[in-house]
Amino acid sequence: MSSQRLPSGGRINRGRPLEFFFNGRRYEGFEGDTLASGLLANGIRLFGRSFKYHRPRGLFGSGSEEPNALVQLGEGASTIPNLKATQVELFDGLSARTVVGWPSLEIDLYAINNRIGRLLPAGFYYKTFMRPRFLWDWYEGRIRHAAGLGFAPTEPDSARYDKRNAHCDVLVVGAGPTGLMAALVAGRSGARVIVADEQAEMGGDLLSSTQHVSGACPWMFLDNLVKELSLMDNVMLLPRSTVSGYYDYNFLVINQRRTDHQAGIGDIVSRERNWRVRARQVVLATGAIERGLVFADNDRPGIMLSSAVRTYINRYAVRPGRTGAVFTNNDSAYQTAVEMHGAGMEVKGVIDVRQRPSQERLLQMDTLGIPVYSGHGVGGTRSGRQGLRAVELCRLSADGRDVLTQKGSLDCQVLAISGGWNPAIHLHCQSGGRPKYDDDQACFVPDKSVQSERSAGSALGIFQLGNCLSDGVDAGVHAVRETGYACAHIDIPYASDRTGSAIEPMWNVPDGVLPGRGGKKFVDYQNDTTAADIALAAREGYRSIEHVKRYTALGFGTDQGKTGNINGLAILAQHLGQSIPATGTTTFRPNYTPVTFGAIAGRELGTVFFDPVRKTPMHDWHVAHGAVFEDVGQWKRPWYYPKGGETMESAVRRECLATRKSIGLLDASTLGKIEVRGRDSAEFLNRIYTNAWSKLEINRCRYGLMLGEDGMVMDDGVSSRLGDNHYYMTTTTGGAAHVLGWLERWHQTEWPELEVFFTSVTDRWAVASIAGPNSRSLLDRLCSDIDLSAGAFPFMSLREGSVAGISARLFRISFSGELAFEINVSADDGVALWELLMEAGGEYGITPYGTETMHVLRAEKGYVIVGQDTDGSVTPADLGMDWIVSKTKDFIGKRSLARSDMLRDSRKQLVGLVTEQPETVLPEGTQLVNEPSTDYPVPMTGHVTSSYYSSTLGHSIALALIKGGHTRMGASVYAPTLDGQCIKAIISSPVFYDPENKLHKT
Amino acid sequence: MLSIDCPWCGSRDQSEFSYGGEAHIVRPKEPEKLSDEDWGDYLFNRKNTKGRFEEQWCHTAGCRRWFNAVRDSQSYKIEAVYKIGEQSPDGIPE
Ligand SMILES: [Zn+2]
Repeated sequence: MSSQRLPSGGRINRGRPLEFFFNGRRYEGFEGDTLASGLLANGIRLFGRSFKYHRPRGLFGSGSEEPNALVQLGEGASTIPNLKATQVELFDGLSARTVVGWPSLEIDLYAINNRIGRLLPAGFYYKTFMRPRFLWDWYEGRIRHAAGLGFAPTEPDSARYDKRNAHCDVLVVGAGPTGLMAALVAGRSGARVIVADEQAEMGGDLLSSTQHVSGACPWMFLDNLVKELSLMDNVMLLPRSTVSGYYDYNFLVINQRRTDHQAGIGDIVSRERNWRVRARQVVLATGAIERGLVFADNDRPGIMLSSAVRTYINRYAVRPGRTGAVFTNNDSAYQTAVEMHGAGMEVKGVIDVRQRPSQERLLQMDTLGIPVYSGHGVGGTRSGRQGLRAVELCRLSADGRDVLTQKGSLDCQVLAISGGWNPAIHLHCQSGGRPKYDDDQACFVPDKSVQSERSAGSALGIFQLGNCLSDGVDAGVHAVRETGYACAHIDIPYASDRTGSAIEPMWNVPDGVLPGRGGKKFVDYQNDTTAADIALAAREGYRSIEHVKRYTALGFGTDQGKTGNINGLAILAQHLGQSIPATGTTTFRPNYTPVTFGAIAGRELGTVFFDPVRKTPMHDWHVAHGAVFEDVGQWKRPWYYPKGGETMESAVRRECLATRKSIGLLDASTLGKIEVRGRDSAEFLNRIYTNAWSKLEINRCRYGLMLGEDGMVMDDGVSSRLGDNHYYMTTTTGGAAHVLGWLERWHQTEWPELEVFFTSVTDRWAVASIAGPNSRSLLDRLCSDIDLSAGAFPFMSLREGSVAGISARLFRISFSGELAFEINVSADDGVALWELLMEAGGEYGITPYGTETMHVLRAEKGYVIVGQDTDGSVTPADLGMDWIVSKTKDFIGKRSLARSDMLRDSRKQLVGLVTEQPETVLPEGTQLVNEPSTDYPVPMTGHVTSSYYSSTLGHSIALALIKGGHTRMGASVYAPTLDGQCIKAIISSPVFYDPENKLHKT
Repeated sequence: MLSIDCPWCGSRDQSEFSYGGEAHIVRPKEPEKLSDEDWGDYLFNRKNTKGRFEEQWCHTAGCRRWFNAVRDSQSYKIEAVYKIGEQSPDGIPE
């Protein structure tokens, strides 16, 4: 493989040779090369095999439009699959592999698919492998293995990924001649400008061009322009930055690749940066993408877009082959013939489907000695080991529909093809704009702007350099005026564009062979979608381009059909006998090119994911004392405190018994706490809670239920009155934020006339709850300024004073059924209080307990946990809590309680369950049935909501919601288990412990 | 992502706000006098307007105030914002 590098020219740095590896072999390239140009310079033409037929494929494009040359870059944790070799910049030591072509590029077992290709039409997988269904998994595995599109890294990526928000006056997308002129106007006018371009270098098509601008060579013009822009403080140039999405209100996302182009800086800066930009004006100078031509065997390595051939020659100084030809339906490809000739290639001819190419072009070719075959097409191609070897010429009929005669063949290694140009209207369409078909230029162009954007230059269907430069200026002036800046003067550069003749659409080149008999005519290379597949879809009744896309896979994949989509839809239009605009395009959705998961996730990974971890003031003590934690919402709560190798079960039994017999200590700091103040606080609470609050005495507490307006239980908690216009509300741990929002919403939107204020104070207080028969004795030792006797400090009341010298608010409330005190102190004093309680409680064997014991104790007492024993479909009556529902006042949800369905006897109601075998604990969530064995389907009668072993009672207990349960005391239900057993249980009252509430009065 | 003009704070990204659904649904003064059907209508039935639509938003991660907005449900453009209790520019009274 000889070097195809031209002796001079190109934007490569010949002073910096680089070595790189492709499929394990070593090659040399230069700084400034891409992997594609580097390999092409080494004579490599085979880049992979196709997805379905495993046909050998080479480079087709030179940028993000490339469908064939997909590579896996790097190794290990940082490897990236499915990059386009045309976008991978060379660096010293780069290593890449082919992604399609298992087990090797040269020998391919699955190339058999190509031979039997006629048996693999569109929809083949759906039609064939789906029946019989059981074979699908087998086929799918085989096909996927054979196809294989790269592999994801299996280790975590150690690189960092950033996100950055930005605002600007003008965002210029694309730094070709148009975008740079727009940026220059905006920059000189003082606007804040961001210029984003997906390539490593600013310049777009100027980088591949030899056309002079204002009398200077294009690169000198470009260098001056970029230099001026880079010196402006108000202009930010972002190379390697793809604007991947255009969303509402001019919000655009830019994906900037910062390190993959060079080795060894990945640890210093972030690998990629996701820019989230709100732009006042957007200039879409996204350029145009060349279309291929659809002809028989148009996928041989060596058949390339005409623009790509130009780019490899001019920008990278690589000759793509010794001999070449051009196949076109428009003028632009003639320049490629000139460049090939200039690069020392033998140009065998320009094959132009048009009967009358412009006189100027013909003269130009004549001067260079290049024959022009006007009114001709390529009817087929032949290949050797290294790809294209010859193209077959056909004389076409005047309408271009038929082949008149075969005209022999041209031997060539390279065929530069051009089917015309598609403006890159992707972002315009994402912004809400629609595409409009331009008959004269045979392409879709942007229609009216919906957001503050303007397409410019080639993206608008302006394909001549001089016109692009002036349109870029116009777009810049427009953006500057719209953002309120005074427009700076600018001299519009000029370029001498050639006049020529118009494009003649050629969507499907005839080959003079019966349909389906000749070589495959590929429309979408990456998905191996052929013209015959589209014809088949039309024959089978597909009409919508969206359906045809999904049936034939046209336009899927990493290139999203950038070179083939329009050909495909035009072929469909022909088969349906309708116009191209009537057929329409598929929807343009973000992202323009693939975006890595790393860029999307940014730093929101693993434990630093932006979901705060909340810890109580006593958290470190719990950790130091071996607590096992449970997540409750964002909170870390001690679950249980195992001692010396205890299991959870035995720890919980010990904690329960210690509490019931002496004292247990619970960290209750996580409960939601909301201060409610203002003249109308009582009235407001009356409307929010099901029970009445006006008559609650100061320093007294009351249990309250909140319902949704649908009558279902939403949250509960004990609230207290601290003053005439001052209440202190507690909520469930998990419901705190929701309840605060709920209060605020009702106040602001429905009852703004009420004077009431809400303040969340959850984090201000540390709460230690002591429960058990000895809790008063313990508190007596620490608290001298409060009379703790039952008469002076009754159940459901609060007192302020001090505990061991710490200012405290004490509540006599209980979630365990025991005599209990909840001691609230400033969060800063939480640890001190906790340690004092542990120390003073030592002689009582004070035992810290976690949420599991809390759950057992409250279940023994029959207290529900909202969200565990309720599920949004449970009313107060279902819970047997009619006693808390006011009959006299209105409150949120009250009217719903009178709906007929709420009065139904067969509603699921809360009951207790006791298993026949005392040690058997029912699985939580298990369904319950009335009969142990019934024919399927078995009617369900309810489900278990809470279930524990009660060491206090010596048997298991459960809470359950059972249809009509309140009237079924003593009846049996059965819980079928996964292992085929059936557990028998008896329905009971949900209150297992101290049903007479004697302990409350102690 | 929309940019929403909070009447109290000015323009902020949509991610600071939460959505409250249709605006100007007034809670009945005497719910007990409503039929099940009328109550159900208040509770569940909402318009599904194509075009200008009055809806509630809350600047949750900002001032925490609720307000109303007229949003075009087709273009997503927020045509106007106004405070709770104020009249909609489209004339539906609070
Ligand atoms: Zn606000």
